[in-house]
Amino acid sequence: MRPLDRNGMAERVARDIPEGWLVNLGIGIPTHVADFVPADREVIFHAENGVIGMGPAPAPDQINPFLINASTTHVTLRTGGSYVHHADSFAIARGGHLDLCVLGAFEVAENGDIANWARSPDEPVKQVGGAMDLAIGAKRLWVVMEHTTREGAPRLRRRCSYPLTAKGVVKRVYTNLAVLDVTPRGFVVLDMIPGLTLDALQARTDAPLTT
Amino acid sequence: MINKFVPTAADALSGIADGSTILIGGFGDVGIPTLLLEGLIDQGARDLTIAIVAGGRDGSAIERLLAAGRVRKMICSFVRPASLAGRLLQRGDLEVEIVPQGTMAERMRAAGAGITGFYTPTGADTLLAEGRETREIGGKLCLLEYPLPGDVALIEAWCADRWGNLTYRDSARNFNPVMAMAAALTIAMTRNVAELGEISPEHVVTPGVFVDRVLQVPL
Repeated sequence: MRPLDRNGMAERVARDIPEGWLVNLGIGIPTHVADFVPADREVIFHAENGVIGMGPAPAPDQINPFLINASTTHVTLRTGGSYVHHADSFAIARGGHLDLCVLGAFEVAENGDIANWARSPDEPVKQVGGAMDLAIGAKRLWVVMEHTTREGAPRLRRRCSYPLTAKGVVKRVYTNLAVLDVTPRGFVVLDMIPGLTLDALQARTDAPLTT
Repeated sequence: MINKFVPTAADALSGIADGSTILIGGFGDVGIPTLLLEGLIDQGARDLTIAIVAGGRDGSAIERLLAAGRVRKMICSFVRPASLAGRLLQRGDLEVEIVPQGTMAERMRAAGAGITGFYTPTGADTLLAEGRETREIGGKLCLLEYPLPGDVALIEAWCADRWGNLTYRDSARNFNPVMAMAAALTIAMTRNVAELGEISPEHVVTPGVFVDRVLQVPL
């Protein structure tokens, strides 16, 4: 079995985004999801710094120094895109206008809790950014992350051990091993990489899995 | 390809349920989505709650909607006693909620922005605050106001593209952009159509993400 790499995970998420959705992509692997949506499928990407209709990264000689995304890297604007101020941008996020938000996370619990901003309550430097607004506001929240930590500890858990970003909001998780829906009866496996068994996936997961 | 244009008023207004709350743009005679209101009368939804700044002049499309008996409740800032709305109110045939104009706009903004309530000094020590929650903030008495979301918004734009990006003409902007944010289904009529990208990204007033259907109605 070959676990997906970061691009593979981003590509897998992109496959499930239909034309016409308004989508916010978080920092890290989520940012790469846009690279795998074909240009003729009109998905409107929102960046919380006020960009609606974000396009791919520009060629090095085409950089517009005034146009960046929420990860502060240079992007382009698709034809039809527009700009709003920060409060209106978060009105889009909080007001239920995003069809989808894709975030990275440290942990996701079987009840849909997400932890993605601090590893412990006494961590000296906390980075919350826009995640709390996005997590409670989007019509659906998907998480993309490695199935386990580098040390092999499960990230899909009965309950999160890290401080929460929001409670009960995650609808689906994409990992390097599987795609799982978060349902009232916990994690349901939709899809696994070739060669992986449910038992092997369960061994890498804290919360019980069903199919 | 995203294309929010619909060919007819009937398409624009299809599916509006009885009992809906409908936000209606415009101020005075300017920025009112008259052809969508005519379409709403034809569409036939009843038992409606409408939110509009004022009750509508004699001969206006709002007056025709009221005369057709489709409106149960009106949320507004003004009702002239001599208007049809005023007469219906006095006869007990129309429920009216009077809201200060700035509060009305802000309640819709809150609905669109996912803000679940806010305090304002407007009206806090007046008749309109009787029996409602107030608290002192920064030495001022303030009134708790709740969001005003719509099931539907009917708005008028000046120019639109196929993504639903909108611009407005002069003071016809008024309530239209905030209503576009505040409704689950936003239906715009536009006088003009632009190619995608023709409206500068800096000049889009209502991004198409707030708009669901667009009907072109040439002047």
